[in-house]
Amino acid sequence: MKTLTALVPLLPFISFLVIGLFFKRIPKLLTSVLACGTVLISFIFSIILFVDLKNGGTATNVTLFDWLPSANANIGFSLVVDQLSSLMLLVVTGVGFLIHVYSIGYMHDDEGFNRFFSYLNLFVFSMLILVMGSNYLMMFIGWEGVGLCSYLLIGFWFKNQDYNNAAKKAFIMNRIGDLGFLLGMFMLYIQFKSLDFNTIFSQTGQFQTGDTFITIATLLLFVGAIGKSAQIPLFTWLPDAMAGPTPVSALIHAATMVTAGIYMVARSHALYILAPTTLLIISLIGIATAIVAATIAIYQNDIKKVLAYSTVSQLGYMFIGLGAGAFTGAMFHLTTHAFFKALLFLAAGSVIHALGGEQDIRKMGGLKKKIPITWLVFLMGTIAISGIPPFSGFFSKDEILLHVYVQNKIIWALGILGSMMTAFYMFRLLFLTFFGSFRGTEDQKHHLHESPAVMTVPLIILAILSVIGGFINIPAVFGGASSLNNFLSPVFGTTQTSAPEVSHGTELGLMAIAVVGALALIAFAWARFVKANRIPAGEETQRYGLENILYHKYYIDEIYNLLIEKPILFLSSLLHKIDVFVIDRIVNEFGSVTVWLGARARLVQTGNIGFYLVAMVLSIVAFLVFGLMI
Amino acid sequence: MNEVIQGLKLMPIDYYIAFCSILFVIGVIGVLIKRNALVIFMSVELMLNSINLLIAAFSVYWNSASGQILVIFVMVVAAAEVAVGLSILVVTYQNTQSIDMNLLKRLKE
Repeated sequence: MKTLTALVPLLPFISFLVIGLFFKRIPKLLTSVLACGTVLISFIFSIILFVDLKNGGTATNVTLFDWLPSANANIGFSLVVDQLSSLMLLVVTGVGFLIHVYSIGYMHDDEGFNRFFSYLNLFVFSMLILVMGSNYLMMFIGWEGVGLCSYLLIGFWFKNQDYNNAAKKAFIMNRIGDLGFLLGMFMLYIQFKSLDFNTIFSQTGQFQTGDTFITIATLLLFVGAIGKSAQIPLFTWLPDAMAGPTPVSALIHAATMVTAGIYMVARSHALYILAPTTLLIISLIGIATAIVAATIAIYQNDIKKVLAYSTVSQLGYMFIGLGAGAFTGAMFHLTTHAFFKALLFLAAGSVIHALGGEQDIRKMGGLKKKIPITWLVFLMGTIAISGIPPFSGFFSKDEILLHVYVQNKIIWALGILGSMMTAFYMFRLLFLTFFGSFRGTEDQKHHLHESPAVMTVPLIILAILSVIGGFINIPAVFGGASSLNNFLSPVFGTTQTSAPEVSHGTELGLMAIAVVGALALIAFAWARFVKANRIPAGEETQRYGLENILYHKYYIDEIYNLLIEKPILFLSSLLHKIDVFVIDRIVNEFGSVTVWLGARARLVQTGNIGFYLVAMVLSIVAFLVFGLMI
Repeated sequence: MNEVIQGLKLMPIDYYIAFCSILFVIGVIGVLIKRNALVIFMSVELMLNSINLLIAAFSVYWNSASGQILVIFVMVVAAAEVAVGLSILVVTYQNTQSIDMNLLKRLKE
């Protein structure tokens, strides 16, 4: 088991090294086999580890070597596979593998094919380190590693300056979050003299609930999660991150990396449970993000941007779940979301592929007949995310909302509102893309084709997962066994409110409200975009009121620009002026004074020996006189 | 020998000091105001020897032989210095047909 555990992250890393070092030499076929094969083997190992845990095995701890040995705390380069990280392993390697396979088809004609796969493997490695690390420092390595890969892959087509800017934006926003994460880590270290999960969590008993120290430390860690998981106020990087190739959006910016924040909070649940204030703040930020992102998504016309805002919104739901103490629910939603959002992104990639790079849904339409497989899987994903039973999104979202209902009715109502909006904008996207008549150019119409099997097979597998993924945790009300709850209970233990005290009748009622609401909005979307055949207005159209605000994403980028970027730019140009006109000036003056003095002193050297002698004698006399005076 | 020393000691040391100082100052002035390199050389020798005389006088006064040894050393070094200096003078004269120190100013250019 220990060897397997170590091999899981090591294999993608080896593949990264091989492809990265020889990317100019090795053929595409070898790259594909190597990149996908190593992730597949990691996936198989993950399954073995998972099955072992499932059958009552205990968590595996592997310390590969002592990394930072010191007197106070010994930080080892150590990995842990317990129930929580095992679940993440399956998601990362499983979905990761499918996306790798899909990328072979999607990136086939790209000149950076080998470079792309080396980055992708490095990403998988970093993500595995993140979820397997058994102390905060290991987690931080992975945390930074995935951030780096995200930067590299967003700016993958680096010849486009906009893409580079998007990459930089993502990187810088993540840095802000990382600062919080670091500070939280320092606080924990000061208090516990250790960063090891087990050591820290076993000492939480000495703290009262609501302890100020824990509250601050957890808040700081949560700032890291805000940056990584794109929550208000640091969410604007994620929509821009869609500049990367579509498989990257699916893998990094939907399925895995952005869920690192949720994983981190779930991992630190023992601390968070002691800080009700932090949990409340998490809930509030989560619900605000869910609503804001959903409203923005309604008016977006770029197929990937809609999905990006939808991701932000769904991440908000996961945080609501965490805030309500439904750690299992959040992890459940993370898993199902990984399935259907990866599916949606990849299907969107297939649409874009078919249209030769077109991303604007106003220029799509009527694709249902042309690319039937893509249409079907996209439909599956859309139903799943909209929360229609028995698709996966229904179960996971419902579990979160049930916990929230017990805790806070207002947040629950807003959550229902957000999920209704989700159904609306997702079906709007679906209808505009696949229904009606084709609105693109004749050229594109000729060119329309279904993607090759290497792309459609991963889509079909993900579609199946999206449909049945919810069955891993069927609640008791449907006669299920809450398998995921039971599986994760060794990790979360008694810290979470596993079974809210509501009757089955209430539970069913809540579900009914959510489902009926979603269905009503789907019907509305149908009426509006299929029956009435309304197409969103073009760029130049004058918009008014709420629509205008939403279309421009609440002007958040502009506000940040005004409040943060402008003052910083002003300050730096001011400092630049100070540097040039004050500091440089002083340094230069020293130089010119020296030159001036030298020019004066040069005149003394006349070459007249008599003068030298006089100077010498007078100097000696002066020294003597001076000496006598002292 | 003792009578000689006794005789020398009859004269107060102050006289030696004053005499040597005068000789030294003459040497300094000679160096400063003369343009003829040969005369400057002689003035330098005068300064050296005024110091030699003073050292010798002190050596007698303190009944110590080490001062006289030092005098011999200074003379040896002075002889070597003169050898070098005079050879420079000869070369200078060959080049310029003059031993005027101020002509050496041209070395600057």
